Parts: sequence; structure tokens; C-alpha cells
Amino acid sequence: MATRDDIITVNNLCKHFYNGGLKALDDVSYKINKGDVVVVIGPSGSGKSTFLRCLNLLEVPTSGEVIFDGVDITKKYHVDQNGKKVRQNIDLYRRKMGMVFQHFNLFPHKTVLQNMTLAPIKVRKMDKAEAEKKALQLLERVGLGDRASAYPIQLSGGQKQRVAIVRALMMEPEVMLFDEPTSALDPEMVGEVLSVIKELAETGMTMVIVTHEMGFAREVGKKVIFMDSGKIVEDGTPEQIFENPQSPRLKDFLGKVL
Amino acid sequence: MFSSAGFAKTWQYIQLFKEGLICTLSLSALTVLFGFILALALALMRMSKIKPLSWFATAYVELFRATPMLVQLFIIYYVVFAKTNLPNFKLFGFIRFERFFPGVVALSMNSGAYLSEIIRAGIQSIDHGQTEAARSLGLSSRQTLMEIVLPQAIKNILPAIANEFVTIIKESSICYTIGVQEIMYAVATTKGATYRIAEPLLIATAVYFCLTFPTSKIIAYFERRMSRGDKR
Ligand SMILES: Nc1ncnc2c1ncn2[C@@H]1O[C@H](COP(=O)(O)OP(=O)(O)O)[C@@H](O)[C@H]1O
Ligand SMILES: [Mg+2]
Repeated sequence: MATRDDIITVNNLCKHFYNGGLKALDDVSYKINKGDVVVVIGPSGSGKSTFLRCLNLLEVPTSGEVIFDGVDITKKYHVDQNGKKVRQNIDLYRRKMGMVFQHFNLFPHKTVLQNMTLAPIKVRKMDKAEAEKKALQLLERVGLGDRASAYPIQLSGGQKQRVAIVRALMMEPEVMLFDEPTSALDPEMVGEVLSVIKELAETGMTMVIVTHEMGFAREVGKKVIFMDSGKIVEDGTPEQIFENPQSPRLKDFLGKVL
Repeated sequence: MFSSAGFAKTWQYIQLFKEGLICTLSLSALTVLFGFILALALALMRMSKIKPLSWFATAYVELFRATPMLVQLFIIYYVVFAKTNLPNFKLFGFIRFERFFPGVVALSMNSGAYLSEIIRAGIQSIDHGQTEAARSLGLSSRQTLMEIVLPQAIKNILPAIANEFVTIIKESSICYTIGVQEIMYAVATTKGATYRIAEPLLIATAVYFCLTFPTSKIIAYFERRMSRGDKR
């Protein structure tokens, strides 16, 4: 296959949760290139989470395509290089897309180390000792080298979210998806999590980040998407979106949050 | 009602009560074990996307909860196992297997129906975010169930399972009707031999109480400790 710049492309994505109900996503098309840091902003209920969750099919789109590394992962089958029809296994794609949730979703019955090594051992068939070594290195990197044997309940919110980030990194994903990673945190812990995400952006990781932290969006984002009522109303560079908004809805939104 | 002579007579048959105790405990323990395995299967079937499996499990649970235990026991013993020649060896040298086994089957099938609802509630009480986190890491739905959801669900419902054990200790007394030599069977046998009923019943009451009361208290203690642990 020819090398391509885009890693995820969505075409005409629609999602309604109930038949005939309101559209959480209304004909969304967008292309995410390798190394992009895409920040998604917009009012609550505008479809930001739904958009993000459709990318790794935690939410199954009602219609439209999600093309990951050239393969439409919404289809049950795809045709490989030799023209053979193969059944798709979504798990193979999900492991290449790390996801970080608003409420951390650490596994409470497992230690920090077990949280991190479970998927690499079970899914990537990584050697246990090797997985633990890698986990400890990552924990060190986010300043949690001494919390490996702690249980999630013993951690602060900021620590939990940092663990959740490195847990996702253990799978060596090609893309990281963040859904309001700091919204459930006490204000004094927001900074520590944002700085981890910022560092990650600097390593060239492709990321899609839903956030209400406008300062952070502007600083870290290479591209910004503004969503409203299930549509991408405006997208562009942080300068375009924040300094020179075009649509009245974006102007209105920025007026409220800035 | 009670007399010392009556107790003296009854006491000659105390060995029957000791055997009855062993039999009741074996019956209850095996019932919880098999009942739990059956319940787990039923709960998973009921939540399955494959409709016929889910229908079957639902029908099973509703049927067993809507009919009397005694009817179920008689159907298992007199109808299902009527033509089967079960090996007639004796467990612990006295428990007649060909009566004990149908008793375990009937109690397990009944208990499985009740336990499956407890397990299902336990699984559904686990935050959906746990499943989403596991799936987003690339774990399959099966791995997610086995590694993430079930361990947490089972831990939460452990007190309910232990309470089911206490319930079965009491309900297993029904098996005396098919000649399983548990505690009530000892009462019936002693009555037949001594023409005394009050004293044997008093002993049975004491034995059941000593089994179930401390057990429930211990379970309640651990339940309190566990819920405190969760709020840490
Ligand atoms: N699981 C769901 N069931 C029904 N409606 C949903 C569900 N998830 C989201 N929605 C609806 O879809 C719309 C978009 O939601 P969401 O993507 O969560 O918005 P945002 O993340 O921007 O706040 C909202 O109207 C919301 O109520
Ligand atoms: Mg959201």
C-alpha cells in the first residue's frame, strides 16, 4: 500500500442514538494526519465525545466511514492486498488507538502495575518481565515511579489520570484519544495532567483531544475543530479559530468561555 | 411436651443427627458450588446477544422461581431419575448416593435460578466505563469479561452468595422427603423409633440455628468491612 499522510479519515459520519432521534453526529467528515494534534472544542452536548468514541468504535456510527490506516473499520469485512475478503477484528485496530477517559476508568481490583501490564501481556503477548520493565519506565517518566504497587483508590485524581495515560501508552498506540481528560479533576491537579499530554504532543504522537481548557487548546493544538449540534462548524489552526473566528456560533462560544 | 425420659431416648439416636449434620453440610456446599456454576452460565446466557440463549435462560429462571421447590424435587427424583440406575454406593460410609445425588441436582437447579439473578445484577452494577477502558486497550469481549468485569462483580456479590449458602442449609431440609439422610431425616427416623417428636425437633432446631446464625453474622461482618473498604 502506498504510504499515506492520513491516519484516520472519517467520511459522512452520522450517529443517532434512537431511531429518528436527534443526531449526535450529523454528517461529519475530517482527516487526521500523522503527527497531528487535533483539539476538539464546543458546547456540552455538541457531539464531541460521540465523535471521539466513533473513531475507535466504542460508539458504532449509524452511517459513514472511519478509515484507519486505509481500512474502513466500520465494515464487517475488508479486502486485503491480495484481493481476499477477510473478516475484520475491531480489537486489532483498537489496540492502535489509546483512549483516555474523563473518569480515568482504571481497574480498581488491579494495582497500577497490573493496570498497565494487563493488555500488553494478554493482547500483545508481551513477556511479563518485559512489560513490567516498560511500565516502570513509563511511570518514572510521569513522576509515579514509586506508585507501581498502589491500588487506584490510593491515588489522587491527577495521579489516576497520569496512570490512565501511560496505561494506554503501554500498547504503543499510533493515535491517542483524550475525552476531557481534566474535567473531573480538582483545579490544582489539572496542570500535572496537561503537562504530561503536552510532553506527549512534543514527541510527535498523533492525538485527538476533547477539552474545555482553551489556553491548553491554543498552546498544544496544531488544529482545532469547533463542533455544535453534531456538526463540525469550523476548523483550522488555533490562530484561525481563536483570533479570527468566522461563524457566529463560534464567536458566541468563544465569547462565553474566554 | 418435653421430658427427660424423652431426651434420654432421643439421645440414643444422636449418631443420626451427627450424620444428618454432615449430610446437610455436604448437600448445601455442593448445591452452592453447582448452583453457582449453573447460575454463571445462565446469567451470561441471559445477557447474550444470541436471542435463543437469552430466551432459554429467561424461561428457565422464571420457571424455577414460579414453582414450588417440592414439586421440582419430586420431578427430579421420581421422574427424571426414575429410570436412571445411579450407582448405589455410600458417601462417607452412610449417605445413599442414589438419593443424595438427585437432591443435589434439584437444589442446584433451583438455587442456580436465584443466584443467576444475583450474578446478573452484580455484572450490571459494574460501571460501563470499565468495559470501555478494557475494550479500548484491545481486549476482546471475552477477556474483558474474565479479567475486568467478573472479578469485580463476584467480589461485590460474595456476601449474597454466602447468604444463599445459609438459605440452602435451611431449604435442604426438604430433601428428607426423598430419603436423603440430612437433619430432618434424623428427626423422622428418631420419631419412628422412639415415638418422640418434640425432643428430636428441638435438637434439629438447635443444630440448624448453630449452623446458620453464626454464619450470617460472620457474613454481615465481612459485608460491612467490604463496603467500608470501598469508600476508602
Ligand atoms: N449513550 C447515549 N444515549 C443517548 N443519547 C446520547 C448518548 N450519548 C450521547 N448522547 C446524546 O448525543 C448528543 C451528543 O453527546 P456528546 O457526544 O456526549 O456531547 P459532548 O461530548 O460534546 O458533550 C447529546 O445530545 C447527548 O445527549
Ligand atoms: Mg463529552
